[in-house]
Amino acid sequence: MKNPLDSLWGTIISGLILTLILYKIVSHFLGG
Amino acid sequence: MEYVPALARWLHFMAGVMWIGLLYYFNFVQADAMKAAQADGTAAGITKHVAPRALLYFRWTAVVTWFAGATLLGINFFNAFFFWDAAFYAIGVGAWLGTIMLFNVWVLIWPNQKKILGIVQATDEQKNKARRVAFLASRTNTMLSIPMLFFMGAGASAHLAIFFG
Repeated sequence: MKNPLDSLWGTIISGLILTLILYKIVSHFLGG
Repeated sequence: MEYVPALARWLHFMAGVMWIGLLYYFNFVQADAMKAAQADGTAAGITKHVAPRALLYFRWTAVVTWFAGATLLGINFFNAFFFWDAAFYAIGVGAWLGTIMLFNVWVLIWPNQKKILGIVQATDEQKNKARRVAFLASRTNTMLSIPMLFFMGAGASAHLAIFFG
């Protein structure tokens, strides 16, 4: 599998997915 | 003393804009520019005159950003970093992401860039490896900057309730 960080779009999409995952985790711990 | 957090926030923003601005310059501009410059034999101008200056401001504004951020957190530094207080969960995630990025700058990007730019001696094989490590660390920081900036923004008390209820 190609490393998504090799392309700029892959990097940006990875960053957005990571944002969503971390947001869900923080929301969970805040009882949201 | 109430001036300290206000001035720290100002400095945190200014240094942060320069740090992340240069990070985006490396990733969105210089990486592709280097490929084009290598193709027409003009890469030396970038590696000799542009990259060392950009890296100088890049690595030191990273340090200033981190310390200004730590000063801004003040007595809540440990509440944020160790998630002791729910009010600091969001900014704590942002602070950890920023800390990982600072680590990447000083431990992975800068030592490898010194080899690539010829500031320290390295064989061609070492340079090729250094190129890949520095590139991936820089791309990792670009990726991490997206959630980092979200949590820095969302972690500000004025917006916390909008995103986290």
